[in-house]
Amino acid sequence: MSGHNESILREPLITGRDITYGKITSDILEPVENKPNKAWWIGFIAALCGATLWLVAVSYTFWNGIGAWGLNKTVGWAWDITGFVWWVGIGHAGTLISAVLLLFRQNWRNSINRSAEAMTIFAVICAATYVVSHMGRPWLAYWVLPLPNQFGSLWVNFNSPLVWDMFAISTYFSVSLLFWYTGLLPDIATIRDRATGLRRRIYSIFSFGWNGNVKTWQRFETVSLILAGISTPLVLSVHTIVSMDFATSVIPGWHTTIFPPYFVAGAIFSGFAMVLTLLLVARKVLGLENYITMFHIESMNKIIILTGSIVGVAYITEFFIAWYSGSEYEAYAFVNRSTGPYWWAYWMMMTCNVISPQLLWFKKIRLSIPATWILSLVVNIGMWFERFVIIVTSLHRDYLPSSWAMFYPTWVDVSVFVGSIGVFFTLFLLFLRVLPSIAIAEVKMILKSSSEQEKLKQIKEGHLDKTYVKEYVESLEKFDSVKQEDYAKI
Amino acid sequence: MSNIKYILGSFGDPEEMLHGIEKLQENNIKIHDVYTPMPIHGIEAKLGIKRSRLDVLAFFCGITGTMSAFALIYLTSVVDWKNNIGGKPAFALPDFIPIMFELTILFTAFGLVLSYYASTHLFPGRAPRVMDLRATDDRFIIAVDAQLNAEHSKIDGLLKDAGAIEVKHNERKYISYE
Repeated sequence: MSGHNESILREPLITGRDITYGKITSDILEPVENKPNKAWWIGFIAALCGATLWLVAVSYTFWNGIGAWGLNKTVGWAWDITGFVWWVGIGHAGTLISAVLLLFRQNWRNSINRSAEAMTIFAVICAATYVVSHMGRPWLAYWVLPLPNQFGSLWVNFNSPLVWDMFAISTYFSVSLLFWYTGLLPDIATIRDRATGLRRRIYSIFSFGWNGNVKTWQRFETVSLILAGISTPLVLSVHTIVSMDFATSVIPGWHTTIFPPYFVAGAIFSGFAMVLTLLLVARKVLGLENYITMFHIESMNKIIILTGSIVGVAYITEFFIAWYSGSEYEAYAFVNRSTGPYWWAYWMMMTCNVISPQLLWFKKIRLSIPATWILSLVVNIGMWFERFVIIVTSLHRDYLPSSWAMFYPTWVDVSVFVGSIGVFFTLFLLFLRVLPSIAIAEVKMILKSSSEQEKLKQIKEGHLDKTYVKEYVESLEKFDSVKQEDYAKI
Repeated sequence: MSNIKYILGSFGDPEEMLHGIEKLQENNIKIHDVYTPMPIHGIEAKLGIKRSRLDVLAFFCGITGTMSAFALIYLTSVVDWKNNIGGKPAFALPDFIPIMFELTILFTAFGLVLSYYASTHLFPGRAPRVMDLRATDDRFIIAVDAQLNAEHSKIDGLLKDAGAIEVKHNERKYISYE
């Protein structure tokens, strides 16, 4: 709004020719205001089947106890905690995109933050169900809260990382929810003002009476900035504390000081992979190519290379330190990991997390939607195996060779995991139907500064440096939503 | 006196709307409020809206959170009910830090957002006080109180000159009650 134009060297964040404020609203609300299409129904029914499976498996677990799982005396944590850490990790991209990228003034976050935050919330819900269902007596789940001694249990042990984790996850969930919902208010008001009848009434309740006057917007921006400021250390603290569940123990393979940064990098890595998995499909099905452009996809791929490489360095460092420490138990844990009975899980993790993401250094792969989508799935698989390797291979051969054991999942283990994916997708697909999947107001903010049409206007005015314009036009070649022939004559 | 309550200038472009605000102010016409579909930077200075003090409040909420967490942990596990955990000292400050940090964030976020909702009167089910339904879509609305400013045709002219797409004369303040 300041009258200064954004540098022409920056890629456009909104493509297309005749984008107006009204068109942004209609484009983004298209899936919310119309009946769902066939693709949505197919996805939703499949997800609902998964959610039903989850319900069956979790009910079975509650009824029979966690003996229904494949755990044994040696391997006391396996698929449950693997699933928990996997989901919490996925839940990290949303807040990272909405908070960290806001602080760094990365405007490309504006069109992906809403769905990424929704994903965060649903992933943390899935993670929380694991925590509750692995407790054995889930109806006493409230015992993790600090309750007075007269209540039946003792005060919780505040020195325990599991208690820290309870505080971290519940703070993370509730703060993410607040951040997300506050950001949604103006967009819910937009739906409300375009709707009629019962729909208007319902959206009216949820819009909290938002009317978009000056004071509300001014304070809204203050609130967003402060929430971003506090969510940034929060998101880093959550996975740090999750890693302390392992790192503060004395189990070789877990007792590692590198865990906090390594877990945080892994979480961002898997979170961005999940964002890509979802958005590449949503972009196509919902027709949002003008708002989620190839630039967004490439930027996310770059973050995946960076965090994937950090994770790779962490794996190698861990291995080196296991040898360099001179501790034979530590060294054995790592040799066993890579060459023992679970060697396939270890190499699965190494391939999926360290080797295959390096393919993204090639521009062709980074800009190919099918390749990116497949790699994002590969990363998700790799990150599941990472947690499995850390948890199961460190436990299954403990200090006493007579108690060495293997872990075999039962149908309940598998169903809880597959089902939790169903729960996640059910929630996400419902979200796409009832709430705008892109932050409408935030996209409108960058229309005047960073859209393709605005930059084209500047080029046509002709006051720009020719070499810069040439570079800009070249950068547009990667966009699948830009009509290249318009630039042929420039 | 006519029964027109509010004059609304409906703009399609934020720059033109800012221009409209300047025009009205040059002519000493008081602006009731401005409704926009997105935040417009620089508008609060023009309308003389003071800087929000929510940041100060957020700080104190945070401090309260830190103190509450420390008090909770200290009073339970150091004063009230010491547990002997491997003979280690009960007052283990480093172990308290994660929860103190988390509660700082929790109190800041809730204190900040709930005060924001309270101060701007946002709560579930509140009747939306909307003057123009397109203010949340693609129009930038300047509202002028017609009872306080008598020269209606002059206001119309100023708004039109600044680039208003349409100028409305509303007989009711809010239209969204029906």
